[in-house]
Amino acid sequence: MLWETIRLALLSVRRNVLRSFLTLLGIVIGVAAVIAMITIGSGTTEKVKNDISKLGSNLLVVRAARPERGGSTSFTPRRLEERDLIGLRKGLTNAKAVSAASQSTVRVVYGAENIAAQVTGTDTDFFIARDWDVSSGRIFSESEVRSGAGVCILGETVRQQFFGAGDPDGMSVRVNKTSCKVIGVLQAKGTSGFGQDQDAVVMMPLGAFQRRIAGNRNIDAVYIAAQDGVATSAVQESIEGIMRDTRRLAPDADDNFEVRDMTQIADAMTSATTTMTGMLGAVAGVSLLVGGIGIMNIMLVSVTERTREIGIRLAIGAHEKHILIQFLVEATVLSLLGGLIGIAIGLALAGAASLTLSIPFAPSIPIILLAVGFSALIGMVFGFFPALRGARLDPIDALRHE
Amino acid sequence: MTEKPLITFDQVWKTYGEGEASVHALAGVDLSIRRGEFVAIMGPSGSGKSTAMNIIGCLDTPTSGRYGFLGVDAGRLDRNRRAVLRNLYVGFVFQGYNLLPRTTAAENVELPLIYRGAPASERHKLAAEALEQVGLLGRQGHTPAELSGGQQQRVAIARAIVTKPTLLVADEPTGNLDTARSHEIMELLTRLNQDLGLTVVMVTHEADIAAYAQRTIGFLDGHIASDQLNRKAA
Ligand SMILES: Nc1ncnc2c1ncn2[C@@H]1O[C@H](COP(=O)(O)OP(=O)(O)OP(=O)(O)O)[C@@H](O)[C@H]1O
Ligand SMILES: [Mg+2]
Repeated sequence: MLWETIRLALLSVRRNVLRSFLTLLGIVIGVAAVIAMITIGSGTTEKVKNDISKLGSNLLVVRAARPERGGSTSFTPRRLEERDLIGLRKGLTNAKAVSAASQSTVRVVYGAENIAAQVTGTDTDFFIARDWDVSSGRIFSESEVRSGAGVCILGETVRQQFFGAGDPDGMSVRVNKTSCKVIGVLQAKGTSGFGQDQDAVVMMPLGAFQRRIAGNRNIDAVYIAAQDGVATSAVQESIEGIMRDTRRLAPDADDNFEVRDMTQIADAMTSATTTMTGMLGAVAGVSLLVGGIGIMNIMLVSVTERTREIGIRLAIGAHEKHILIQFLVEATVLSLLGGLIGIAIGLALAGAASLTLSIPFAPSIPIILLAVGFSALIGMVFGFFPALRGARLDPIDALRHE
Repeated sequence: MTEKPLITFDQVWKTYGEGEASVHALAGVDLSIRRGEFVAIMGPSGSGKSTAMNIIGCLDTPTSGRYGFLGVDAGRLDRNRRAVLRNLYVGFVFQGYNLLPRTTAAENVELPLIYRGAPASERHKLAAEALEQVGLLGRQGHTPAELSGGQQQRVAIARAIVTKPTLLVADEPTGNLDTARSHEIMELLTRLNQDLGLTVVMVTHEADIAAYAQRTIGFLDGHIASDQLNRKAA
């Protein structure tokens, strides 16, 4: 009986392929959006988490503070200077690396090739703090850092662009019109969770960067790695104390710098992706509601169109429940079909996104099953009223219906 | 005749509408029909024939009075109980055939058996038998659109008898058919009445169609105006 009814439902879907498809569009779009968003969202979260764990959970970053909205007028942010760095280097006892860095996106040229790379001026401690290493060649020596020598380390993308399979060691590249000698290549890091190529970079000693590229002695950020086994919060407190001392801030003055640890940054990033997923989920929810109303509408049309059929069925002995089940099954089959098409499209979209953004493809079986169940539920809920209307028809009136 | 009648009307009224505008489609009808009878109902348009047929077929209930079917007070049963009664004991033939479109003859005939919960193999067997009885073996796979009016009405009759009912209710079964086709259908109904002992109640406007029955009841303004046995065509 149930099988019979399902067969009947599929038959009536097939009889009206175009109409069925148009009806299903709402469900298809809704389910596809949900599946794509959640799959892409969880892939992104996974990627961001990976990136951040690569950054190291014991890393702290000191920057010039941004003024708080509505903060006191006496507040003036101050750029990081040589003095701050020296203060931190001398004062911090619970850090294993204190590194200054400045960055700028600059065109790097080799022969006829050129590429826009993020150029970072820094020191040897940077490699400890960020846990970076070279895949070939070497990092800067202490003396190269001290003298601000014209040497550089290339990111993998830059190396590939300029030298292909070749070894760049000892070659000269031009960074912002000054030439520097390649001493090593960084280990490849791939694309970040936000689709940024992390290998389109060039590293050079901070002094060289300040003199030849920035043209000033600014420091963008100080990266500090806490000693193993020391809580980042303890290190953060020490940093704040030293910075205030170095800058001679009055006890009641606001900090004119900020210290953040990577777990805070990680939380901010994941919560951003979660909010995004949530918002798009709400949009998808609305589209599912619209899809449900579409199903209800088409089922009402179907019941009206088939009034005479219902009359015949009632006359030859169908119960109310037979008619109810028939139309309920039809609505459910219809919306389930939409759900399955939506899941297929959603997964295809997520697959394409994971290829182009190079994030992991992370389909979730429970979410897919939930979508299947939910689309069936939509069919039942929105199909119920039309089905009930059909079941309650008076057989005599129904038979007279033209 | 000691056997209880199959059908009894006891002061049956059927009233549509309220107060001034009310119409008495049936106004105190008394009637009894025995098992195995072949009855024709005649009368002018609007005299209440279809209204009576709907009550006889347990599709409808009287406004007042008692309708007894198989000794049951069928007029007091709820719609689902009447659905069971129809499914088990009543077969319907309509003027407009009323087959399901885009559905094969065999599937149409099987339909009442589906609501009885019969297994597929039994349904196929019984449907084939019923189609053979109406002379349509070999047309199982045709849809109504592929069949002539006469053939469609035969499929409808096969659907009505596939459950081996006690009563066949036919409201103007030949109303849409030409004379030759009408007589073929009437010969079929007569055979079913004689061979299977099927009780047949039929509405018609034509005397030569009514002549196939053993008894003719004349309706006029919701009353029975005449009730007579036909000359037996031997
Ligand atoms: N659902 C209804 N609502 C209101 N009045 C109705 C309804 N059904 C029937 N009637 C009225 O009841 C009366 C009897 O109708 P019925 O259909 O029984 O006539 P009939 O004898 O079958 O006529 P015909 O030969 O034209 O089929 C008519 O006056 C009709 O208008
Ligand atoms: Mg009538």
